[in-house]
Amino acid sequence: MCLGIPAKILERNESAAVVELGGVRREISVMLIDDVVVGEWVIVHAGFAIGKLSEVEAEQTLALFREIADATEVH
Amino acid sequence: MRLKYIDDFRDPATAKALVERIRGDAGNAPVRLMEVCGTHTVAIARSGIRPLLSGAVTMLSGPGCPVCVTPDGYIDAAISLGRDRRVLLASFGDMLRVPGRSSSLEKEKGNALEVRIVYSPLDAVTLAAATPDREVVFLGVGFETTAPAIGGAIKTAAVRRVGNFSVLPSLRTIPGAMEVLASDPDVRIEGFLCPAHVSVVIGTDAYRPIAETYGIPCVVAGFEPLDILLGISMLLRQKKEGVARVENEYSRVAQAAGNRKAQEVIREVFVPCDTGWRGIGVIPGSGLRIAEAYAAFDAEKKFGVPVVFAQEKTACRCGDVLKGKILPDDCPLFGKACVPEEPYGPCMVSGEGTCAAYYKYGAA
Ligand code: SF4
Repeated sequence: MCLGIPAKILERNESAAVVELGGVRREISVMLIDDVVVGEWVIVHAGFAIGKLSEVEAEQTLALFREIADATEVH
Repeated sequence: MRLKYIDDFRDPATAKALVERIRGDAGNAPVRLMEVCGTHTVAIARSGIRPLLSGAVTMLSGPGCPVCVTPDGYIDAAISLGRDRRVLLASFGDMLRVPGRSSSLEKEKGNALEVRIVYSPLDAVTLAAATPDREVVFLGVGFETTAPAIGGAIKTAAVRRVGNFSVLPSLRTIPGAMEVLASDPDVRIEGFLCPAHVSVVIGTDAYRPIAETYGIPCVVAGFEPLDILLGISMLLRQKKEGVARVENEYSRVAQAAGNRKAQEVIREVFVPCDTGWRGIGVIPGSGLRIAEAYAAFDAEKKFGVPVVFAQEKTACRCGDVLKGKILPDDCPLFGKACVPEEPYGPCMVSGEGTCAAYYKYGAA
């Protein structure tokens, strides 16, 4: 039930924004997060953005995955 | 369509490498880890992680399915509210089949009781504004992830003066329940895989007392398969090093201090209270009730329908399942008198219930 889905902000106004969720454009509330701009990624839960997704941090985690994958590569 | 931030966290080759790393770090006896959150339970079952780690790690499922821990007294209160002809209930879909003491919302539907399934509590506010001749009562079930959304809906209703909207709250907070499990000598947890989105709201620092007081490693992890495997691996590394601290695998969203704005909404709209967890009992300070300033939106007060918590006596062993004491197939009713189509206990109802996840994806 605490599922949250990553979505990209497509449009935004005062307290609402439009994202694409599962191929459907949907309005969500952004009242729970600090300023978010078009193009940023957020996690959407029950119609609210509950947090921003940091691309920098995501890349770091992915880099760590690559490191682990390379380190355990079967030769 | 390839979805960035989902597909990248599902790569099979990396998963294999992580499994090897976990196996390499594990000792002779399987390490007992608990995934606290129901969304993790389902992700683990669906991706087949449990059998991949068998012998190295035992994953116990925790109390983190809001539907499963909602007491039957709450369902009874919702049903009696729904029988009032003025009332139109609005709910998340997975509440409908949860058994109360004698019935469920699903069974009462049509029987003078009307329930609308909504995706967001804001949809319930919109529904109320569109149906001024009815009282719309939203069944506000959830943890810290959902509490700010419900608080946000209450604030929105207050601003828009939607007087025919109210919430029957069943909101719980996770760290208190984790502490009960951490201190239970029968459960013996050696590491907590902490929920992703609860942590986005409360912050990863919220688990520090558990790591520090009970010496149990805590790792916040995302819900994708690689997130879970890396989280497990980080827990094993801590164990190997003999340390217990809070680490964050889900740093792309969760932060140490959490989401300040969401926390403010929770503090403004709700007040902590003692609350009963189905199968576990009353945990002091682990619930949220609606604050005095928003009493007009509190369905319990508005309609005088109290939610009574009684430790129910049933053959269902959800309590032990939720505490990680037994696995679902240890329950004599599992797959017999209790199946998803005709659930006997709440852990079989929600898609995130441990018993339902085991039934659907196999135990192994
Ligand atoms: S199998 Fe059914 S009755 Fe048994 S513990 Fe799970 S939900 Fe309860």
